[in-house]
Amino acid sequence: MTDTPVAAKKESAISDFGIDTTKQSTAEAVRDYAARLRGGDLGSLPAVLGLVALVLVFALLSDYFLTLDNVANLLAQGAGKMIIAMGLVFVLLLGEIDLSAGTASGVCAAVMAMHYVRSGNLLGGMGNTVFYVFVGGLIVAIALAVLMRIWAGAGFAAVAVVIAAIGAPPNPWIEMLLALSVGAAIGVITGFLVSKIGMPSFVVTLALFITWQGVILQFIGEGGVFGIGTQPTLFAVANGNLPVWGSWLLFVVAAGGYAAVVLGEHFVRSNRGLVTPPTPVVAAKVGAVAVIGALSTWALCLNRSPNDAVVIEGVPYVVPIILALLVIGTYVLNRTRYGRHIYAVGGNAEAARRAGINVSKIRASVFVVASSAAAIGAIVYSSKVGSVDPQAGGLNTLLFAVGAAVIGGTSLFGGRGKVFHAVVGGLVLATVENGLGLLEQPAAVVNIVTGLVLLLAATVDALSRRRAAVASR
Amino acid sequence: MSEPILEITGLNKSFGPVHVLHDVDFTVRAGEVTALVGDNGAGKSTLVKCIAGIHPIDGGEVRFNGQVAHIHGPRDAAELGIEVVYQDLALADNLDIVQNMFLGRERGGAWLLDEADMERAARETLASLSVRTVKSVRTPVSALSGGQRQTVAIAKAVLWDSKVVLLDEPTAALGVAQTRQVLDLVRRLAEQGLGVVLISHNMADVFEVADRIATLYLGRMVAEVPTRDVTHAQVVELITAGRSGELGLARPETATV
Repeated sequence: MTDTPVAAKKESAISDFGIDTTKQSTAEAVRDYAARLRGGDLGSLPAVLGLVALVLVFALLSDYFLTLDNVANLLAQGAGKMIIAMGLVFVLLLGEIDLSAGTASGVCAAVMAMHYVRSGNLLGGMGNTVFYVFVGGLIVAIALAVLMRIWAGAGFAAVAVVIAAIGAPPNPWIEMLLALSVGAAIGVITGFLVSKIGMPSFVVTLALFITWQGVILQFIGEGGVFGIGTQPTLFAVANGNLPVWGSWLLFVVAAGGYAAVVLGEHFVRSNRGLVTPPTPVVAAKVGAVAVIGALSTWALCLNRSPNDAVVIEGVPYVVPIILALLVIGTYVLNRTRYGRHIYAVGGNAEAARRAGINVSKIRASVFVVASSAAAIGAIVYSSKVGSVDPQAGGLNTLLFAVGAAVIGGTSLFGGRGKVFHAVVGGLVLATVENGLGLLEQPAAVVNIVTGLVLLLAATVDALSRRRAAVASR
Repeated sequence: MSEPILEITGLNKSFGPVHVLHDVDFTVRAGEVTALVGDNGAGKSTLVKCIAGIHPIDGGEVRFNGQVAHIHGPRDAAELGIEVVYQDLALADNLDIVQNMFLGRERGGAWLLDEADMERAARETLASLSVRTVKSVRTPVSALSGGQRQTVAIAKAVLWDSKVVLLDEPTAALGVAQTRQVLDLVRRLAEQGLGVVLISHNMADVFEVADRIATLYLGRMVAEVPTRDVTHAQVVELITAGRSGELGLARPETATV
């Protein structure tokens, strides 16, 4: 009995150990990628293909679709939800959901707009009772953040208290900071309820979804509207463009920075004998980004004004905003200890706990990230329409944002996802909305198509997950 | 026979009214594989968890390297150099091998991890264990076979300069070839001078790799004997009845080393 395993020793020991290689040829890398696709790890490929298909279809059906004016408009339209989706990626990575991100963003928008409309007098704008409840809520958020040791959340909530209490004068930058701070405070409360009280995030955020909707209505009033289009800076966020020289500067900084980081890291790793993808693949990636970036910048720097009286040119401000958030989010997830722990908790919370990771803190913190991103999204979409009404962040804002992340390739089951997915998915949904609008389809059709696209993405996610589970056996 | 690195005397542990471990004596020696066997419910896992600091002990003494050690939590155990490889592995599927091996103890600053250093150290550790994982240390764990996962989990324990590694049923879910792979690894751990504790139900595995066999029977340590001094049948008897001829409960003095 004892000698049977020994007999099996030779051949099995060799067959199960491969060779540890750090470099692969391009052909191997391509084969590997194909194997990963077959194994169910699709990433954002379906979304990119879908985007290409959608663009082709709409370009054929509508003459106006591919005009520069419409493309720039499409970017600005989709930017708000895209940014909310970027924050939601963090929550989805843990396999949680934040249904309240949409209306939470609406609260941020309402507070921001009220600060401008009321010339910084939030007390007057809200009325005594509501104001004290508002400030009280912020103070509770500070306390909870300190309790959970989420210092950034505590800091932002404190900033909001200060701005509200001293009645800071109206200033677009203060207003945007206020929106961000309120967003962070909301995230602290959500995170506390989910991670410390231990309620399912679905229930907590569903309850808060309705609550925040009521709060927005309370702030703005039935049928009311806060116009912010008269504040040049706030209006410019989603409607302004970089000057032509600024656009090219952005291209140089963004594409050059990308190339420097990617190539620099590649050669450093390669020289140290670490695992690296083949140089041609890396070079191709960098080249593709540079070419696409240059073409887009060139196109957006042409005059796209539909009438001859005015000149509209330059890259819209939303592009650098989204690029900056994309870079920050990607950096945090890939290069920091915090990001690593998010993936670990999403992949196997029990393993993370045994490895000494503070799982409940991570769980709470992602809601702070999501709500803060939602606040930035709120600034952008409010700027786009130039006003904030009681429907801000309501309707399908949240579903579009979740949809964008999932369509882009982020898994609803946790553990898999990138901030980049939110950008791709956001572009897909913005294209659907914009394209069907151009074809003069009614809202009914737009909603049905959007819903089906989301359903398709979720199906791909579930199937690829099943496939991955089978492949790992 | 080398010096004991971990020495437990008179350990008692109860969960409420249930007395799980009775005056257990247990010794782990550096450079040796000690198999811990016993029937279901004999207290093997409880003993391991007491050593790992997951369960506080009610009474008894733990000596580490001859010094009395007080283990109050998993962190204390880790600081002493005691690592546990759990049956369910505790790896995050979506992370790669390097990321898993350094999980919770990443190198570099909190805001910029030192990937290069971690990758190098992971590869060195795997190489020192003569492990060649498939293709690359950047393979995600989800793409590994069961045996490879076990290998990664064990290598993770080794990475931290551990002195004692406790393996809870490392071969339970594996096929023949993969079991082979893990048993080779267990042997190499001991050759590197670590004290290895192997919990297993598989007598073939135990007889193949263990230097000594410790048998728990209903929460009591009934025998702790060199593998070469016992037969397969004797160990099975010890597990099921608590005694076998000269060994076991009939002659309790043999239970203490």
